[in-house]
Amino acid sequence: MQRELMNRAKELLIDETVVRVLGWKKGDLGYNHEPAYFDSPEELEENFVYDAFCGANLSKYMIEAGKQEGKTLVFLKPCDTYSFNQLLKEHRIKRENTYIIGVGCRGNLDIDKIKAAGIKGIESVDADGDMLKVKTVYGEKEMPFEEALLERCLACKGKTHMVYDELIGAGEKEEAGPKGNRFDRVSELESLSPEERFAFWRSELSKCIRCNACRNACPACSCLKCVFDSNQFDSNQKANADTFEEQMFHIIRAFHVAGRCTDCGECSRVCPQGIPLHLLNRKFIKDINTLYGEYQAGEDTDSLAPLTNYTFEDAEPGIVAERGRK
Amino acid sequence: MQVENKKEFQPKIVAFCCNWCSYAGADLAGSSRLAYPADVKIIRVPCSCRVNPMFILRAFQRGADGVIMCGCHPGDCHYTTGNYYARRRMTLLFSMLDYLGVEHGRTRVEWVSAAEGVKFSTVMNEFVEKIYSLGENVRLEDLRCKES
Amino acid sequence: MEVNQVQRIGVFVCHCGTNIAATVDIKRVLEAAAKEPGVVHAEDYQYMCSEAGQQKVREAIKEKQLTGVVVCSCSPRMHENTFRGAAQKAGLNPYMVEIANIREHVSWIHKNIEEGTEKAIILTRAAIAKVMLNAPLQAGQSKVVKRALVIGGGIAGIQTALDIADAGYEVDIVEKTPSIGGRMSQLDKTFPTLDCSACILTPKMVDAAAHEKITIYTYSEVEKVSGFVGDFQVDIRKKARSVDMSKCTGCGVCQEKCPSKKIPNEFNRELDNRAAIYTPFAQAIPNVPVIDRENCIKFKTGKCGVCSKVCLAGAVDYEQQDEIVSQNYGAIVVATGFDTIKLDKYEEYSYQSCPDVITSLELERIMNAAGPTKGHLERLSDGKAPKSMVFIQCVGSRCADERGKSYCSKICCMYTAKHAMLIRDKYPDVDVTVFYIDVRTPGKNFDEFYRRAVEEYGVHYIKGQVGKVAEHNGRLLVQGADLIDNRRILMETDMVVLATAIEPNPDVRKIATMLTASIDTNNFLTESHAKLRPVESPTAGIFLSGVCQGPKDIPETVAQAGAAAIKVVGLLAKDYLVTNPCVAKSDELYCNGCSACEKVCPYGAISYEDREVNDHGIREVRRVASVNSALCQGCGACTVACPSGAMDLQGFSNRQILAEVDAICR
Repeated sequence: MQRELMNRAKELLIDETVVRVLGWKKGDLGYNHEPAYFDSPEELEENFVYDAFCGANLSKYMIEAGKQEGKTLVFLKPCDTYSFNQLLKEHRIKRENTYIIGVGCRGNLDIDKIKAAGIKGIESVDADGDMLKVKTVYGEKEMPFEEALLERCLACKGKTHMVYDELIGAGEKEEAGPKGNRFDRVSELESLSPEERFAFWRSELSKCIRCNACRNACPACSCLKCVFDSNQFDSNQKANADTFEEQMFHIIRAFHVAGRCTDCGECSRVCPQGIPLHLLNRKFIKDINTLYGEYQAGEDTDSLAPLTNYTFEDAEPGIVAERGRK
Repeated sequence: MQVENKKEFQPKIVAFCCNWCSYAGADLAGSSRLAYPADVKIIRVPCSCRVNPMFILRAFQRGADGVIMCGCHPGDCHYTTGNYYARRRMTLLFSMLDYLGVEHGRTRVEWVSAAEGVKFSTVMNEFVEKIYSLGENVRLEDLRCKES
Repeated sequence: MEVNQVQRIGVFVCHCGTNIAATVDIKRVLEAAAKEPGVVHAEDYQYMCSEAGQQKVREAIKEKQLTGVVVCSCSPRMHENTFRGAAQKAGLNPYMVEIANIREHVSWIHKNIEEGTEKAIILTRAAIAKVMLNAPLQAGQSKVVKRALVIGGGIAGIQTALDIADAGYEVDIVEKTPSIGGRMSQLDKTFPTLDCSACILTPKMVDAAAHEKITIYTYSEVEKVSGFVGDFQVDIRKKARSVDMSKCTGCGVCQEKCPSKKIPNEFNRELDNRAAIYTPFAQAIPNVPVIDRENCIKFKTGKCGVCSKVCLAGAVDYEQQDEIVSQNYGAIVVATGFDTIKLDKYEEYSYQSCPDVITSLELERIMNAAGPTKGHLERLSDGKAPKSMVFIQCVGSRCADERGKSYCSKICCMYTAKHAMLIRDKYPDVDVTVFYIDVRTPGKNFDEFYRRAVEEYGVHYIKGQVGKVAEHNGRLLVQGADLIDNRRILMETDMVVLATAIEPNPDVRKIATMLTASIDTNNFLTESHAKLRPVESPTAGIFLSGVCQGPKDIPETVAQAGAAAIKVVGLLAKDYLVTNPCVAKSDELYCNGCSACEKVCPYGAISYEDREVNDHGIREVRRVASVNSALCQGCGACTVACPSGAMDLQGFSNRQILAEVDAICR
């Protein structure tokens, strides 16, 4: 499919439908591809890549790309289109400045899972079949594709693109859907005692080095200026840096994206400390779904988000205590 | 930090009250001489929808042992819809705090009208009692400390 | 806490006689306050709110060049304005005053002096921390255009307009149909006194038309609204009438001669026909016909022109165009009224298939001398006089499923009693049965009225619902239940009348959107407060009159119309509106343009515009929020909806509230 995408991108550049391409370029390790702009067919030929390691959600880059002159071609996987839609809804992206190619996706791979399976010295990974063929300095190893999937792909939202101009390699008919209930882990945590939950989160959140990778990758965290960098809440001051800001960062971040988070999983994917940050967002999503009705951010561009909406009969906050008693 | 080492537990409790109903309800509790513990300190806001989760988290992080938010009864908001938004925000925030292992008894929302001085006093008495039973808040203050 | 060095704060502690001083150690509060950074003055007094107390505040402000004042006293709900006034007199911005409530929240409830004093000190610190971050605010002024717009020319709109005009202000009525009069003009008699509807309505219509302060735009619609309370800019589309209002004498010859006479007559609920050039009813105001261009042969084929030929005044003008009238108004009253719901989902009543199953409003027209049967009660299928009639209550009202409305339409019990009574009076041989869920007759002389129907006129009331109405041998078969006798009822009758639920005029949604007035799930306009502000919309300057706000009968409508009028008059009597300065404000450099704030604003005070901003040297056009301070009421909903903190509330800013939190938790 990589060749097909590249050829189409070249065509669109040459016929001047678009002036730049937003895609992925090869990383130095063969599995650390990163988002990149391409301005010419030559650049595409040299560096463009599309395979199971193109996890990065490119939607957010369109905020900046959209401000440039001329149209930008962007490749979006099915789950990325939810983020794109959500940004459209929030008026962050100009649709008319964008040409979207919806690309097919089998799921993205988590290199850490491959490493965790005991495969070392990885040189390249061939992810075409049901078994991964991993070329290492010690020879070729194999492991099942399914077992190396990114956490978020286990809760795949499906293979349907919410928004696109054309589709390439997208098996809209393909069997989609999650490999289990995406809220299982949240439910599991909920069933623990408060002491156990506290111990879990304390150990997880204590790993945080405040590198802001989650914030930078998150398509919902797209504020021009984050409250944690502003003086609007006294939260940017150095004196507070190890207290309020540090301790509450993840709670506030999760709250700020509540009802807007599409559950794209970028936060957990990019966290260098491996904190399961998506479990915070999913908690909000689970609560929203149970309390206010099923809601998938990014599914459309005109519905009211759960936190800018209400019904007269909404649950009272006391429900938290009631649930706790069960 | 250990509770036993402190001389006596004196909880810090922050109550956000909307100007039109609950703050007036608190005033009525006052003029009716309906006592509740002095641990409760009220912050006046125009509407419950003015209460940012940041304020509540900040209170906890600065050592509050309990935070309660009071507003007009749903349907009676001075601004028509403010408390409906507040209700969703607080439900989700409190649920999240519960999920993080912070005792849910430390947070509470009550709808108190300007005529409900008795309710205001009763609610505050109950809430303070609850906080006494929970003791000092160490968890939220402590969520990211690497060592205890 | 960040200490602003330029702030010079004065703290004034009130004893309130012994109200505070008895359980709060005033001296300790003073000492503690004096130690707070920024505090340059602290004093106490017996009664700070007295003239002498205020004098002390004023003197201190001048002598010590105070930039902020904290008064430790009773509730701000009591004397905040008093001390703001004192500050202003001394040349300090009134919004640089904060109150620490140490009476209602301290001395009156905490009898232990130690505890009370400690809490008073903490509340004082919080107030000091807050006032340090206060900024001078200016109450704005906005002018008031002394003219009102009333949308809808039914009894609600007419009454509102008359009351406003009588108070001396210009009023314009915009009415969609060719004549004012509304639903009430379609009614035959009115409960509970059985006056002829036209007899009491027509004089009001005439008064409105003749009033020098009232301008009536019929056959017109509101097309665009901008602006805000005190100065709304409204475009009104005057649809082409095709008849010159200044020339027409209202002789009616055109209507008689018009060859296109097969058009369903809306006024008679489409039970008979009208011509293509028509006035809806004889007493129409203005008494000037309109040409229904969709059905006019001249407009459809270019041939005909009969009306023009017969018009001696030469008033017919086929070339007339729609006209846009632009006008400014200080206030707008919505009086768009109601219609009955459509019954297509209620197959069980056979309304669509049997002409003898009619709605109550159709019965009104049948009973009316100007109606399709000239006032004779007869079956529409065969013109025969009925011998038996069944009335079914709550058709679509109090309905649990989505076919109907959850609410009670309120007027049906009474008009059904009226119909039953009138029929029994005029046609004593007609047997009348009413099926009801409950008979609801709260209102002056209402229950007496209903009892007369039962006791004097022998109307049969059966508690129970009707499951089916079907045609049967030229009559109607009604299948129902009697819940009191607990039996099923199967009866034959000649006519069935459905008390059809009422719903707001469907156009109201469009109008509400233009006005940014909020609307509930049933399309009724929302009042600002269900009990205390029933005729005001939450959107400032928009008022509600009549059924557009909720079901009501004529007396209630007229009462509400008057109430809306006095609210309008109260507004128009002012030359300027003082705007509350504690309103939301957006920082354009932080604004993402995401619209979250706009969605939660109950007042439509937030709009978005593309504006060039200068973000530390980067100049770019961004979509940013902008708050209309005349509309904003300062609730703060937007401030929390905003993820970046761009939106803040003046007087209750994020930093101010956090400063209070910090001071309390210190």
